[in-house]
Amino acid sequence: MKAGSESFDVVVVGAGVCGANIARRLSQYELDVALVEKEADVSFGVSKANSGIVHGGFHHDRKYLKSRLEVQGAMLFDRLRAELDFPFVRCGILVAAMHEDEMRSVEQLYMRGVDNGAIGIEMCSRERMLELEPKLSPDVVGGLHAPGGGIVEPYRFVFSLVESAQKNGVRLMTGWKLARGQWRGDRWELGSEDGRSLRARWVVNAAGLYADEVSRLLGGEDFAVHGRKGEYYLLDRMTKSRPGKVVFPVPTSLSKGMLIVPTVEGTVLLGPTATSVEDKEDFSTTRDQLDTVLNSARNLIPGISESDVITSFAGIRSFIEEDFYIEVSKRAPGLVQVAGIQSPGLTASPAIGEYVKELLKKAGLRLVEKPGYDPFVPKLPRAKDLGPFELDELVARNPAYGEMVCRCERVTEAEIVEAVRRGHRTLDGVKYFTRAQMGRCQGGFCTYKIIKIIMRETGMGYDEVTKRGPGSRVLKGEL
Amino acid sequence: MRELRYDAVVVGGGAAGMAAALALDSRGKSCAVVDREPSLGGILLQCVHNGFGLIEFDEELTGPEFAERFAARLADSRIATFLGATVLEIAEEGEEKLVFCVSPSLGGLRIRARAVVLAMGCRERNRGNIRIPGTRPAGVYTAGLAQRLVNIEGYVPGKDVVVVGSGDIGLIMARRMSWIGCKVHAAVEILPYPSGLARNIVQCLRDFSIPLYLSHLTTSVYGRDRVEGVEVAPIEDGALQPEKSFRIPCDTVLLSVGLVPENELSKGAGIELNPTTGGPIVDSTLMTSRGGIFACGNVLHVHDLVDYVAEEARRAGLFAADWLEGRRPRKELRVKVGPNLRYVAPGKVDPSRENKLYMRTMIVKNEALFEARLDNAVVKSVKKAHIQPSEMLSLSLGPAELERARPDSMLELSIQ
Ligand SMILES: Cc1cc2nc3c(=O)[nH]c(=O)nc-3n(C[C@H](O)[C@H](O)[C@H](O)COP(=O)(O)OP(=O)(O)OC[C@H]3O[C@@H](n4cnc5c(N)ncnc54)[C@H](O)[C@@H]3O)c2cc1C
Ligand SMILES: Cc1cc2nc3c(=O)[nH]c(=O)nc-3n(C[C@H](O)[C@H](O)[C@H](O)COP(=O)(O)OP(=O)(O)OC[C@H]3O[C@@H](n4cnc5c(N)ncnc54)[C@H](O)[C@@H]3O)c2cc1C
Repeated sequence: MKAGSESFDVVVVGAGVCGANIARRLSQYELDVALVEKEADVSFGVSKANSGIVHGGFHHDRKYLKSRLEVQGAMLFDRLRAELDFPFVRCGILVAAMHEDEMRSVEQLYMRGVDNGAIGIEMCSRERMLELEPKLSPDVVGGLHAPGGGIVEPYRFVFSLVESAQKNGVRLMTGWKLARGQWRGDRWELGSEDGRSLRARWVVNAAGLYADEVSRLLGGEDFAVHGRKGEYYLLDRMTKSRPGKVVFPVPTSLSKGMLIVPTVEGTVLLGPTATSVEDKEDFSTTRDQLDTVLNSARNLIPGISESDVITSFAGIRSFIEEDFYIEVSKRAPGLVQVAGIQSPGLTASPAIGEYVKELLKKAGLRLVEKPGYDPFVPKLPRAKDLGPFELDELVARNPAYGEMVCRCERVTEAEIVEAVRRGHRTLDGVKYFTRAQMGRCQGGFCTYKIIKIIMRETGMGYDEVTKRGPGSRVLKGEL
Repeated sequence: MRELRYDAVVVGGGAAGMAAALALDSRGKSCAVVDREPSLGGILLQCVHNGFGLIEFDEELTGPEFAERFAARLADSRIATFLGATVLEIAEEGEEKLVFCVSPSLGGLRIRARAVVLAMGCRERNRGNIRIPGTRPAGVYTAGLAQRLVNIEGYVPGKDVVVVGSGDIGLIMARRMSWIGCKVHAAVEILPYPSGLARNIVQCLRDFSIPLYLSHLTTSVYGRDRVEGVEVAPIEDGALQPEKSFRIPCDTVLLSVGLVPENELSKGAGIELNPTTGGPIVDSTLMTSRGGIFACGNVLHVHDLVDYVAEEARRAGLFAADWLEGRRPRKELRVKVGPNLRYVAPGKVDPSRENKLYMRTMIVKNEALFEARLDNAVVKSVKKAHIQPSEMLSLSLGPAELERARPDSMLELSIQ
């Protein structure tokens, strides 16, 4: 390996919601931290395609680490939102029982919630359920209400965390896939697939679906991360069937079931299904599974119409066994495993950041508070949220706020330029950062404009513009 | 914020918006056209092929040429144009409408007017709308986006193409992609008949030996980062035959699966929409459920020929001028959509004058009989050599047919 490669106290492998939280937490201390990610942008793994629920603390027994971290993590979201300005609301969660015999499971959830300390959790009669959510099927027999549950835009959460971490000195390297690692007695020498190298005293393995490979590569524990796919439908914000709260069916032992999620941004998400997959890159959707999603959703809210569907997609849950696996490796030196982060990983992630920091501290990492630490990231104005007069003022300062690029989600050129300048240089990256291409036309009108802005801002050629990194080139020639 | 006042505001400067504005101007009304794009013309600007204007100008023009003729007339008129300005909201304040727009050069702009003509055109349905499962790689485009990339931006979206659907834009793009040296492997249509114009099937597919798979469902898109192909299965006697499915390798999928009127603004203004057309419900004067707000062109219902768009829009402009002069229809008859028709626009007629109605059928038929009945008595019947859903039909009805109409009479149109 090359001499003179950069040296870090901690290298976090994987910029999903776990890696991002860990890196940001560590950025509070006098440490050199790097966050490396194999994809072209952060949050392109499991963390981009999930239900985006900040769970209500009633699904899992307290004996599990995931349950304890879920409850702690959920409580941190209000402060994080204030610091980081990402879309999050505590809209509340309902579990709707459609048969009397399901009410027994609901009671169990209730007891568990009380045991876990879920604030405000209540058992609901049929009337109470319909009062809380009038769009529910009149066949509902009763259920559970967890007012503390909420919804978040997961990729925006990750983007903000990473931005904050970078602001406080963390080095982000995208397109950096860990391929080699050797322990040199006092530190790791790490190599990327494309031949770059780094040195690190500690490595945190937060590689999601590939945490098993990363562990093997570093001589750590031998475990297998399995994938379980979940397929979703997304409905237009114009749908008449948008509930005010997240609606769950009564869960089974295998999964939390297919839900109806009123996303923070106004659309509605239906899903996910749960099927085991061999291929962890198989994000395809199938007609059968999607039909199941629609039928299940209609069972809860009968008004849901397939004519409101604007897109479908799939996410893959990573799991090892029943619980998270977050430990200092017993086999490899200087390695922390953050693996098998299944649901409720998103909810738990802020607590995972704290937990990993504590593990490192106990293992001997010296933590000295950084005096200049600034937890805030500047708030970005979004045209969609502004009234006429505010928008007028903004355009006076920056005319690019007067150029509507994405008409469906009302995203202006100024916001796209800002996304590109902050490093989101793929069409998907711009999409997740700004929402442009995410609305009802799914980019039919604005994709060419975004391509042109990316080219102009970065100096890339047409043949370098991709949907989400190498291999996904958008244009194949010039006339 | 700046504020301006006109008699009327036209939202959208495509064929419909320009024609409506010219009509208003011809009646001496002051009028502004607002379009978000930097030039007038709308979708016409990317349709560089021939086939526009046969009715309007009695010659075959390209889309941009057609647009240019209208734009030139606007330039010679008193009509104010605001380009690069997006209309965000239409509100009402007493008798007046407030049209709020934003543009980089003007910032926020509020236009007051007593009449508004909606001419926002339509948008393409996409993959999600028709729910094609599979992977989500680069290389899936709506045909209109591909048309824009090729004809205006000068880029080739891909080399090996499959067109899903058989709408006109897809057919025209099949030909365009062949011309620029790409290979178009197939067009796949779920229905037993094409959804584009007959002339386009011949000129864009047959002339290029591109196979058209009718009654075939696109069951999946595959490929991880970039499209590698589509999977297609036949439909026989109404049932999908998954065991007969096959793959067509390609790197690009162009979707041409229908258009939907762009009515987000209309919804925001509280205008009632027709669930069949996706456009506003209008009376015999093309006025929406909000008094003083009119609609025409593709925002009202999807047209296949620009000449019909211009004709309809001109009437909308004249009706808006009537409204400004305080004239209202005296009595109106509701039009009932009878057998084999999908919709009729507008849904009302004024028996005291000539009315032009546009409609679409639901069937493919030779030697069809097109009938209008007033209280069950046939008042007009027209023979059609051939009808199909993709070709819009029109019918004129006036005092000659409707003189005996009573206030509670029923007018029904049908295809037999
Ligand atoms: C369908 C579904 C629904 C869910 N719903 C919810 C929910 O509602 N609420 C909730 O709390 N949780 C939910 N979850 C769980 C939650 O999404 C995950 O727990 C969480 O996103 C996991 O984050 P992560 O950082 O561990 O993994 P990831 O986001 O996958 O991050 C790992 C990163 O590591 C990178 N990487 C991998 N290998 C390498 C390498 N060799 N070198 C460099 N980088 C590498 C990957 O590219 C990836 O970006 C859901 C999950 C799924 C799939
Ligand atoms: C690919 C294609 C091929 C065709 N081929 C033929 C052919 O061969 N022959 C033929 O006769 N016809 C053809 N047509 C049909 C015909 O061209 C169209 O129906 C007609 O041009 C539509 O005119 P329009 O004004 O209704 O809509 P558009 O041309 O779509 O105009 C709408 C305008 O409104 C603007 N707008 C929308 N919302 C806002 C807002 N909020 N604020 C400001 N501005 C807004 C848009 O920018 C646009 O400029 C074709 C159409 C297409 C799409």
